[in-house]
Amino acid sequence: MELFTNQVLAGISTGAIYACMALAVVMIYQAIDHLNFAQGEMAMFSTFISWQLMQWGVPYWGAFVITLALSFVGGIAIERILFKPLAKAPVLTNVAGFIALFAIINSSAGLIWDFTIKQYPTPFGSSPFLGSQLISTHQAGMIGVTVLLLIALYFFFQYTRIGLAMRAAASVPESARLVGINTSWMIALGWGMASAIGAIAGMLIAPVVFLEPNMMGGVLIYGFAAAVLGGLTSPFGAVVGGFLVGIFENLAGTYIPGVGNELKLPIALALIISVLVVKPAGLFGRHIVKRV
Amino acid sequence: MSAAEEVVAEGHAAVEAVPKRAMTLGTGTSIVVLLALIAVPLFAKNFVIFQLTQLLYLGLAVLALNILTGGSGQFSLGQSAFYGIGAYVTAVMMEQFNIPYFLCLPVAGVVCFGAGFLFGQPALRLSGVYLALATFALATAMPQLLKLNFLEPWTGGVQGLVVTKPDAPFGLPMSQDMWLYYFSLVVVLAIYIFSVNLLRSRSGRAFMAIRDNEIAASAMGINVALYKTLAFGVSAGITGVAGGLSAIAVQFVAPDSFTITLAIQLFLGMVVGGVGWLPGSIVGAAFIIFVPNIAEGISKGLSGAVFGVLLFAVIYLVPHGARQVAILGQQLAGRLRKN
Repeated sequence: MELFTNQVLAGISTGAIYACMALAVVMIYQAIDHLNFAQGEMAMFSTFISWQLMQWGVPYWGAFVITLALSFVGGIAIERILFKPLAKAPVLTNVAGFIALFAIINSSAGLIWDFTIKQYPTPFGSSPFLGSQLISTHQAGMIGVTVLLLIALYFFFQYTRIGLAMRAAASVPESARLVGINTSWMIALGWGMASAIGAIAGMLIAPVVFLEPNMMGGVLIYGFAAAVLGGLTSPFGAVVGGFLVGIFENLAGTYIPGVGNELKLPIALALIISVLVVKPAGLFGRHIVKRV
Repeated sequence: MSAAEEVVAEGHAAVEAVPKRAMTLGTGTSIVVLLALIAVPLFAKNFVIFQLTQLLYLGLAVLALNILTGGSGQFSLGQSAFYGIGAYVTAVMMEQFNIPYFLCLPVAGVVCFGAGFLFGQPALRLSGVYLALATFALATAMPQLLKLNFLEPWTGGVQGLVVTKPDAPFGLPMSQDMWLYYFSLVVVLAIYIFSVNLLRSRSGRAFMAIRDNEIAASAMGINVALYKTLAFGVSAGITGVAGGLSAIAVQFVAPDSFTITLAIQLFLGMVVGGVGWLPGSIVGAAFIIFVPNIAEGISKGLSGAVFGVLLFAVIYLVPHGARQVAILGQQLAGRLRKN
């Protein structure tokens, strides 16, 4: 039983990271209807920036805030410079663009900070949380930050004018434009926010997976899985999906014989495909009915 | 609007000048290209011939993806999985059961057709991004599945399998590389002709009807489910043959050769070559083989970045890939002829 509780709690804490990545994926998906395959690399680059700031002597939370701001601006810049010209291009072209962005960021990070694995500090410490052996303070911190982030986003989208404008621009762009919303900038804003959320995920997971240019590969796949599981149109669903994928991954690795660490990923993905076959829009997604 | 619908809708504007759907080259151009493909190895070193062989089988894999996406409008990031299955079937049959290589390829094709058809069944309910995700998952899972313990007596587990390169038959005075090149050329040519005919046939028209408007197609009495899975199966089967050829040419198969990176390369090859334009497959394959080398040459540390920048250049300047270049060339030639 202790093993079970342990695995579930560990699953929830890694699930928190998947949830953050899934949130970032959903933010961009809502804005431009594409999956951003470079999301993980953007998060990795942000994490490196924060690490560099700390190397220069900036305290953790200072580096955290500066990185968020830089990532936000960077996300907007990427949208304005690289992806705005592709707005009307076919989906395939966009996917190629994301892959190109992936290659550029990955390779530049490798050149600037090289491929050696670096330690990354945790602001929460790694002692057992509240004296219990089940979960460390860092893991508890990851869960706490994700929940805070979700609440903040909820308030942003429900109760602010700009949140409302972003939702309008995402769901009915034509009508939104008619009532005077600058939909093009709403998309850029979505990119900026997604980039910042990705940065949070990167900085939270870095103490666990260590800092290096390829650190986000696996995390991004789980993030996609979580987003799809929860439904690509629902930020809340993305977070729930993240926790579910985290828990399922850990339980499958522990209890299904022959799975172990190696087959965790295929099993998690098989789960997602089965969910999609039964519920194609994901657990919380809207079902869109198309007209001929 | 789905991926390929847009591709095609936009494509039509750009393709107007070219007769007849323009999925292939004209007869004259085809013969010139074919003659060039036959002649080049006679004057090249073995390493260059090996690279040309690589061009052929990767081109074949891109062609397979092109049939799926350009033909039936479905989207796949999981071609590496079928490519891997094909390579492994070929390698296991050749090395463990001593079956001659030319018999292994059709078997690889049939096995992959089956795998693709079966995978197409659940994938039917998914479209667009979701299908991309499901196939992406398949590609991610494949290397792990190939490493499974109980398959190890056949697959060699993590170590992979070494494949012996076949000699030229009937005592022909050819190096192994050159023989394999011509062998691949024959296989690729046969499949290319098959694909062109397939897309022009009743089934091919059904694929395209589904691509253009699924609901209208089903209203016309096309069995959408059957044809979508069929497209998946055919595409997987051809990819499997390409994988088999690669196993023979590289003389080695290992689980980590068939990762998502390969699937992404094939996808990029299709985009660069032009979606729905079959000859573009070879151009696309050339892009994914040679451009990383060029990028490496420009800057060692930044090769990934250079590759990315080149890719951006392609999608900004020629969004319809090599097809667009070909059309421009044709128009230019036409104008010159008039003057």
